[in-house]
Amino acid sequence: MTALYDWLVEPLQYGFMVRGLAAAVLVGIVCAVVGTYVVLRGMAFFGDALAHTILPGVAVGYLVSNGAREPLFWWALGTAVAASLGIGAITKSGRIKEDTAIGIIFAGMFALGIAIISTVRSYAVDLSHFLFGDVLGVTPQSLVWMAVFGGVVLLLVLAFYKEFLTISFDPVLATTLRLPVNRLNNLLLVLIAVTVAVAMQTVGVALMVAMLVTPAATASLLTRRLPSMMVISATLAAFSGVIGLYISYYLGITSGSAIVLTATAFFLLVFLFAPQRGLLWKK
Amino acid sequence: MYPHIHHLPDQPILDISRLSVRYEGRGALENITFHLHAGERVAVVGPNGAGKSTLFKVVAGVLPPAEGEVRVYGSGPGGHVCIAYLPQRSHVDWQFPVSVGDVVMMGRIAKLGLFGWPRKRDWDFVHAALETVGIADLEKRQIGQLSGGQQQRMFIARALAQEAELMLMDEPLTGLDTPSQEGLLALLGELQRKGVTVMVATHDLDQAARYFDRILLLNHRMVAFGAAGEVLAPEVLLKAYGGKLRMVNGKVVTDDTCCDGDDHDGTL
Repeated sequence: MTALYDWLVEPLQYGFMVRGLAAAVLVGIVCAVVGTYVVLRGMAFFGDALAHTILPGVAVGYLVSNGAREPLFWWALGTAVAASLGIGAITKSGRIKEDTAIGIIFAGMFALGIAIISTVRSYAVDLSHFLFGDVLGVTPQSLVWMAVFGGVVLLLVLAFYKEFLTISFDPVLATTLRLPVNRLNNLLLVLIAVTVAVAMQTVGVALMVAMLVTPAATASLLTRRLPSMMVISATLAAFSGVIGLYISYYLGITSGSAIVLTATAFFLLVFLFAPQRGLLWKK
Repeated sequence: MYPHIHHLPDQPILDISRLSVRYEGRGALENITFHLHAGERVAVVGPNGAGKSTLFKVVAGVLPPAEGEVRVYGSGPGGHVCIAYLPQRSHVDWQFPVSVGDVVMMGRIAKLGLFGWPRKRDWDFVHAALETVGIADLEKRQIGQLSGGQQQRMFIARALAQEAELMLMDEPLTGLDTPSQEGLLALLGELQRKGVTVMVATHDLDQAARYFDRILLLNHRMVAFGAAGEVLAPEVLLKAYGGKLRMVNGKVVTDDTCCDGDDHDGTL
């Protein structure tokens, strides 16, 4: 017992580890709840693209602030919101197929971001932090802002619960009920964008999509109701964050990939063994 | 945020004049003019791609007309919440994590308003609607576990919870077995007694003749609109269906009996 206790408590003597755990749990919960809509609406590719698209914004912030980390959150936030509305508008124009349009923007912006960062001599280390996250580098100040923005996202998801549910399940019904469907769609895109900005330092842009879709997809195999899907998804994501960080601490694996691998392991377990719907119970 | 327009009592529930709709540059509907009175039951028939779904979506205010006008109780459909469009079953994501009760409650949300949550009165509406359509015992079921007939009844319940006065049903009978079809047609009679005006897109000319007050025959243009006797005359039908029409044992049979590919399915 004491051995387990020591094993669990030992990392907590470091302030960066405590902050990292708080950030991982917070990001996990926000991503998982918003991710429920990403999964139900089939927006995984949009989420992945959005995460990559913020890289040039972060890169410019990185140059302007001479490598300081604090301002990067704001650069990520601004770029993400602009990119989400931009991608939303382009996909509605209908001249190029939606996924093709997203692909072009996403790859182009990502390349631009890498190009900007590569002008700095020590770019390799910093680039890997942007790509794969650096949850142990979260400052107390960033943690506060992540909590504030993450909290606002969760509150809005709750406040617009019935509207988001309806535009996702049946947009024609939403129109005949005269809901402001376009504005609600844009609000949802902005909420995904804010979530991406909040999560950037924890998992990085390259692994972001996993936090958005993996816990939510796991939850979708375990329940048939949206509220419980959100709760299960958030719980799984929070545990993935904690377990992933301990794995990262003891095995010396990068934190972002350890968190994502834990979430993926949960998914595989449920995919194989879920009651009634697991692969093993099917003929 | 949620407009509610008052109904003018002396106006017909639906009045369409010189309506044309274009979809992706092509003419989907041309110069349609007709009106309905409250409580009527109308079947909309015509070949695949004739514009039945498009007509419904314009009436519901989901698609804009290119020319002409749609008026519901004297004003455009965009301000009304009394119009319900019931989707084709093949266009619904049946894996979506919602229960039957959740879906029917969606019909109430215009009445709940922004930031409003369902109250007892709203749940009463939902329960009464499920009772009317005969699936009160299925309220907690996930929607994917329903049979085709029950799925259709759920959408009618949702329209009742919405307090819809005009229900537009897109191919509700397609893919149902005969008992389910009969049950649903009987339910339409119940709706009529409640004063609900119903437009039903269907491929079954025989049912259209037996269960509906009037039939609207559509093929981009309005070919005919009236009682079954006039509309279903072979020479009239020929104008709408062309070569897709055959006579079998003295009865008219159309070649297309399927549903999908009608218009621009599921597009907003």
